[in-house]
This record gives sequence, structure tokens and C-alpha cells, in this order.
Amino acid sequence: MSKQSPNVLSPRQMAFRRFVSHKAAVASCVIIGVLTLFVILAPLTARYGVNESVQAPPNSFLTPRAKSWLGTDDIGRDLYSRLIYGVRVSLLIGLASAIISVTLGALVGAIAGFRGGKFDDIMMRVTDLFLAFPFLVTLLVVRNVLGALPWLRPITGDMSSVRFIIVLFGLFGWMGVARIVRGQVLSLKEREFVEAARAVGASRRYIITRHLLPNSVGPIMVALTFSVVGAIIGESTLAFFGYGPQAGDGATSLGILVGAAKGAVQTGYWWLAVFPCLVLIIIALSINFIGDALRDATDPRLDRGV
Amino acid sequence: MFRYILRRVAWSIPTLLIVTFLVYLALRIGTDPVASYKRVNPRASRAKIAEYIDVNGLDPNFVQGYFKWLKNFVTGEWPRSIKGRREVWPALKDAMANTLRLGSAATIVGIFFGLIAGVLAALRPGGKRDVFINTSAFVGISIPPFISAIMFQLLFAVYWQRWFGESLFPTSGVYPAGHTGFDLFLMLKFMALPTLVVAIQIVATYSRYMRSSLLDVLNSDYMRTARSKGISERRVLIKHGMRNALIPVVTIAALDVGSIVGGLIITENIFSYPGMGLYFLKSFGEGDFPLLMPWMVVIVASVLFFNLIADVSYAWLDPRIRLE
Amino acid sequence: MSEKVLEIRDLHVTFDTPSGPLEAVRGVDLDVSAGELLGVVGESGSGKSVSFLAAMGLLPARARVTGSVSLAGEQLIGASAKQMRSIRGRLLSMIFQDPLSALNPVHRIGDQISEMLRSHQDLSGREAEKRAIELLDIVGIPQPGDRARQYPHEFSGGMRQRVVIAIAIANNPKVLIADEPTTALDVTVQAQILEVIERVQERFGTAVVLITHDLGVIARVADRVNVMYAGRNVEQGTIESLFDHPSHPYTRGLLASLPRPGKQRLKPITGFPPNMLNPPSGCAFHTRCEFAADICKGEMPALVGFGDLQTACVRARDLPKNEIFL
Repeated sequence: MSKQSPNVLSPRQMAFRRFVSHKAAVASCVIIGVLTLFVILAPLTARYGVNESVQAPPNSFLTPRAKSWLGTDDIGRDLYSRLIYGVRVSLLIGLASAIISVTLGALVGAIAGFRGGKFDDIMMRVTDLFLAFPFLVTLLVVRNVLGALPWLRPITGDMSSVRFIIVLFGLFGWMGVARIVRGQVLSLKEREFVEAARAVGASRRYIITRHLLPNSVGPIMVALTFSVVGAIIGESTLAFFGYGPQAGDGATSLGILVGAAKGAVQTGYWWLAVFPCLVLIIIALSINFIGDALRDATDPRLDRGV
Repeated sequence: MFRYILRRVAWSIPTLLIVTFLVYLALRIGTDPVASYKRVNPRASRAKIAEYIDVNGLDPNFVQGYFKWLKNFVTGEWPRSIKGRREVWPALKDAMANTLRLGSAATIVGIFFGLIAGVLAALRPGGKRDVFINTSAFVGISIPPFISAIMFQLLFAVYWQRWFGESLFPTSGVYPAGHTGFDLFLMLKFMALPTLVVAIQIVATYSRYMRSSLLDVLNSDYMRTARSKGISERRVLIKHGMRNALIPVVTIAALDVGSIVGGLIITENIFSYPGMGLYFLKSFGEGDFPLLMPWMVVIVASVLFFNLIADVSYAWLDPRIRLE
Repeated sequence: MSEKVLEIRDLHVTFDTPSGPLEAVRGVDLDVSAGELLGVVGESGSGKSVSFLAAMGLLPARARVTGSVSLAGEQLIGASAKQMRSIRGRLLSMIFQDPLSALNPVHRIGDQISEMLRSHQDLSGREAEKRAIELLDIVGIPQPGDRARQYPHEFSGGMRQRVVIAIAIANNPKVLIADEPTTALDVTVQAQILEVIERVQERFGTAVVLITHDLGVIARVADRVNVMYAGRNVEQGTIESLFDHPSHPYTRGLLASLPRPGKQRLKPITGFPPNMLNPPSGCAFHTRCEFAADICKGEMPALVGFGDLQTACVRARDLPKNEIFL
């Protein structure tokens, strides 16, 4: 047989090339990488403790300066240090809840797409309705219901805990993922290799786990990135309206910090509004870019002549 | 077509019943209406509480309670709010009118500019213009509405006033305090910032929908057939390209009402704009069951309505879909 | 020989790809005479479709086209967009491979034909509609009046291909390019579509270029054949001479791999089509040719008269005669 020319790339190499050609995504990877490193090494990178007072009242609001790079808040805590601890919690919320929702969604979507019929119809109707409902309303109502069911307490933890938020977004985000995976499975189902597997008598479970899910890795990865963004923004939205995790024991999250911005606007403490919001936007933007590049990279159909 | 619509409308009634029952359940479990009533009215007599439970259908048996609530709701015997015993319908009606105004202004502005941006981006994929529009759209969807709202308030009101002595746009309400009657100019001025906040989200979302939909169409074989006919590029784009590219976008638009209302809730709250969003957050915070249930019915009904619009417009635009 | 309507000289097409420039067409010379049916054969990637898409001016902007294509005396390469629009669909039109996606799903069949008519002729809507129905009748669609009001999804694949043909011949073009018109269709339908194309050619005197990878199709309908390999034409001649005594080893290979009654074994061409990002030097076929010698790696061979064929093979005279039928 003729030897392969060096110019011919494997699909994986091509996907990697396409990803790397998305410059914004590469920059985003660097940003998220640095941020993650900063956050993991929090005790080293933060200058003060989460709850440590840098400046005693009455003049507790310091503008950004050498002593406190990004200024201090109403009780004199260093905003830079608090941001590091806050991002740590937010990234954890984003990642953990995204993993839950993607696992759930991928399974439901794969089964719905593969089995079709009544199950599929009902699943998709429910998903449609749920997604068509205003996001914040559903989130608040579901949050209250989860919190009011005492037998869920061992799983969800206290309503104001970080764990509760993770479970909430985990349960919340699966529908979008299910829809994406279902679509992918529907188109894969008709492909020859699945037909072949079916023809040799492979079980349904084998086909789903060995053929359908591995071939949906691209869309699932994309869904994962968007779930992470969704959970991080969702958490800060909840916190902004006072329904987020409570800052007990000085624990903080990006949402709590952004929530404090509401009061800071009118009084002119701009740094308390600008820096947390900026960090949130940068994180959301970076992950969105990565997701977009992943989608372009893993979908060979979209050769957009770039 | 007509029979299809009729059948869909007929079907939406049981759906409405099921969904409102679920909402009833969720609110009963999630907000505990009786406890909220007692909290707001600590000195209410036993008889008052019993009456409250009765008119709202808050029986211990959820199914019985739901049907009692439903009967009162359908016959127009709406209970009053738990705080201040206000009538619900006038409040809900005003909120609906205000939100409809803000929502349609933002949607029209947003979809118009979003579609134009999407088309401009798709015509030269990978070009400078495309990169600019695409990046802006990404920035747009990455900024949560509450952040852009705060930033606009900070810029156009707080700092504008500090720099120029007067704020450029007001940041709360529909009219200044004490104003009566209708004043279009004043109203538009008050609506400007909240409209902008919601419209930015819509522009960002729809430019991306339009771009990817049009790109799919531009790469399709029938576009090549159209070009091979020797007709003008403009005609190829509008008659063959846009017509096909709009099909998925219109469908998504009608299904997207939920997310637009979601954005409105957040925006209204920050701008103290007395619409459906502010109404919801206030009554939800107080656990005001008599105010919440009719609000939910309106939302569920409009979601179902726009779902129907989506299906019908899809069928109308795409001859491949057969309705019967 | 009758007058030439389409003359292609030294046509080159290069695409810029992420892995570097790809020269899909590397100096093609080709003539189409009025009223003839020319078959163009080659494997996928041989540049046969790209050459004619270049003539139509339908390649994407990232393709660079040089050389000369003249249609009834008019130069098409480098012509303005406006000139090309007036030629496309009037003098030169094209049928595409996949009839399922070649028609716009949201417009009625009749309107899609009328659009072609009205873009080049001054017709009222009603006249165009009437003419569209006639055209549907010509390509053999029953109840053309009713069918004109239907949408593409209501037609079968074969019927849709007839519609595509009706659109292509609407303005009675001088040259009709059919790019793999039967590949996506069932075998029984293939024969019908070929018949329609032949009928059109005879009735209107249209010159037809039939692009295909299927020598069987060529054998059935073509007057002359042009064989392409790796962006070059390697052999051309009349259908009889090419099938009787092919000279180029590639053509021989193609014929040897064709099933025939009484033949015991098919003999496939070994190896794979060349990678066009980095094509072999000299005669691109030398990597797969059983007669290859060192001289084949040197210069690209030009078409040279060889009996009644034109062959681009420097060793053509040294080869054993017609061993393929032995």
C-alpha cells in the first residue's frame, strides 16, 4: 500500500488545528489556565485572608492603592484577596454542576434519541416547555421547592450552602444538554457503523455507550463549557437578587461580590462594582470562546473557509 | 392550516391545566402561602386565616385545593393580595402593559439589528467584519444583563451627573414621581436604558443565530443552482438565501420568549420598572400566593401561545412541513 | 469537424487551503463541438468538475483560475461578474450531482423554472409559467400543469433531476454541463435521465458535457471522451477508438476494471489517487503505472496524436497492444 503523505491529517489533528486557529480561544485557554492556577494556590496568591480586615472603620472604604490593589469593602476587607477566594468557589460551582448536568443530560438525550417514540416525544415536550419558561422564575421556584423538601436535605445540604447551588444548577442544566445530545444521536443512529453494530446483534446499551456517546464527545464537550458559564452566571444572578449562597464564615463567591455592586453604584464606590463584574465577564467570555472553538473544531461539517 | 391551529389551541388547554397544577404544587411547597400570610398579617384572626385558605384553595389535599383555586380563578373570584389587600387584576394589568411595551421595544430593536449584523457577518465569513461582529456578539452574551444594567446606571446617571451636572437618562420608573397622564417623550426617555440592556442581549443572540443559519444556507447546493441561473447576486441572496435562512431563526425567536422575559425580570428589577418582572420578584419575595398564581397563568399561557406561533410560522415558511 | 463552441486552453485552478495551495486543475486543454456529447471521465479529485465550475465562474473566491475558456468567441476567464451573469443560464448551464439538494425547498417548481426564463428573456409572468410547463413536459414529467405548482419535496429523486434539467435547458443554451447527473440515482432511473439528456441534445442541438466517473455511462451516450487524471487530461478521442484501442495506461486500467460479460476477473488499478497538495512529478500516474520508467518522472507529458487518439504518455508507443482484452 502507498505510504501516507505527511500532509494528510487525522481527524483529531485537524480538530486540534482548527481549535488552535481560533486565536481568541487560545488566549482564553491561557487566561482560564492562569486564573485556575491563581485560585488553586489561593493561600499563596491572596494577600490577605478572606475575612481579614485591612482597614478598620470608620474609613473602611479604601480606593485601590498599594496596600490594597483593588480597594476594600464596607468592612475594610481586601477586594483582591476576596476575588481570588470568590472565583475559587464560583469555578467549583460551575464545574461541579456542569459535570452533573452534562452526565444527566447526555444519558437522557442518548436514550431519548436512540429509543425515539413516546419516551422521546414526552422528554422533548417537557424540555421545550421548561426551556421556554423564564429562566429566573424557574430557578427561583425550583430552588424554593428543593429547599422545602426535608428528605432532600442530605443531598442538597442547607439552602444557603454552596452544595445546594451545585445541585440546583446540576438539576437545572441537563435539559439543554439532553437536547443537543439527542440531536447528535438521531443523526448518528442512521450511520453505517451503528447499523453494522445493530446487525451483529449488539445490545442497546453497548451501542449507546460504545458508539453513540463516544461519537458525541464533541457536542458534549461544547455543552459542558456552556453549562459551566451558565452555572457561573446563574449563581451570580441569584446572589445579585439575594438568593445565592450566604457568606457565612466569610466564605464568598463571585456572585456575592457582584451582588455587593448594587449598593456600591449609587454611593460611588466604583471599584466594588467594576472589578468583580470585570472578572465575571472575562471568565464568561473566555469559556464561551473556548466552547465556540471546540464546536468549530469538532464539527467537520463547518469548514468555514477561514 | 386552520384546523391545525384549532387542534393546537384545543390541546393547549389540558397542557395549561397540567402546567398550572405543577406551578400550584411548586408554589405550595416552595413558598408555604399560609405561613407567609401569617407572617405578613401577624394579628389575623382564625376566621380570617380560614377564609384566606378557602378562597385561595390552600386545602391540605393538593388536588382538591387546586380545583378550588381553579374554580375561583375561572369565575373571576380572585382573592386579594396578602399585603394591603390589594386587588390583583389592576396590578397585573398595569404590569403586563408596561412589560409588553418594554419587551416589544427591545425585541424589535434587538431583532432588527441582530439580523442585520448576522447577515453582514455571514456574507464574508472569516473577514474583518465577521470577526468584529462575532467577537462583539460574544462579549454581548457574556455580559449578564444585571451587569450591563449597573454599568449603564453608573455611566449615564451617576457619573454623567457628576461630570455634566445632569444625568442623561433616568434610571428608575416609567415617569418621574408625581407625573400624571401620558407623555410619549418622557416615557421613551425612561425606557431608553432598560430597553438598551435587553436589546443588547437580543442583538448578540440573534446575530449569531442569523450568521450560522445563513452560512448553512450559503453553502447549500440550491444556492449554486440559483447562481448558475445568472440572476443577480442580490436576488440570489434575498430570494434564495434569506428566505431559507430565516426559517430556523423565526422558529427560535418565537420559542425564545422565555429568555427575553427572563432578561426583562432582571432589568425591570434594577431599573425599578413596574412590569411583570418587578411584580414577580416582589410577590415572590413576600410569598404572596394570590398575586403569584395569576402571574404564573399569564406566563404559562404566553409561553404556550408563542410555542403555537413558532409551529405555525414554521409550517407557513417551510412547505416541507405538513400540518395535517 | 463542426464548429467548436467551447474551447478550454491551459486552464489552471488553485485553491488556498490551510495546508497550502492545492492545484486541482493543472493545464487542461479541451474542446466541445456544437451538438456533440462529450464525456469527461476521471476519479474523484481528478479536477473534472472543478474545470467546468471554473468555466461557469461558480468557484468560491479562494480559488485562483488562470488560462482561457472561450464560449462562442467570448472569453470567460476574467470576464466581469455582470458578463458572467448574462452568460450563465443563457449560453452555458449546468446540471448538478445531487438533485435532492439542488432545488430550493421553499419555492414552487414552476417558479424556479420561470426565474431562469425571466432572468434572460423578456417574458411576462404568465408566459414564463406557460413555458415552464412546456419544459416540464419536454423532460417527461406527467401532468406538468399540476406539478409546476408543487414543491421539490413532493418529487422523487429522478423527477427532481428532470426538473433540474428543465431549468438548465430553459434558455436553450449552447453548452449544457451535466456534472455526475446520474450518480445519486437508482440504476433504473439513471437510464431514464440519460435518455432525457440525449433527447434534449438531439432536439435542440445542444452540446452536452457529461462529467462522470462511470465509463459505462460514457459508453452508452458519448460521442467523444476525455479522460482526466490528477488535474490533467491524459487521453482523448472518439468513443470507438478509445474503447477499441486505449493507449494511455490509465485508460487501459479503467477499462480493465470495468465488468464485462464473459470476463472472469476484474483487474483494479492498484494504489490510490495522488495527494494533490503534493502531486507526483512528471506524469502523475507513474506511481501506479505498471509500465512506468524513469523518464515518466521527468517532464509532464503533453497530449500527442497517437493513431486516432490524443494521448499524454511518453511511453505510449512502447507499450504492448491492447493486452487488456486478452
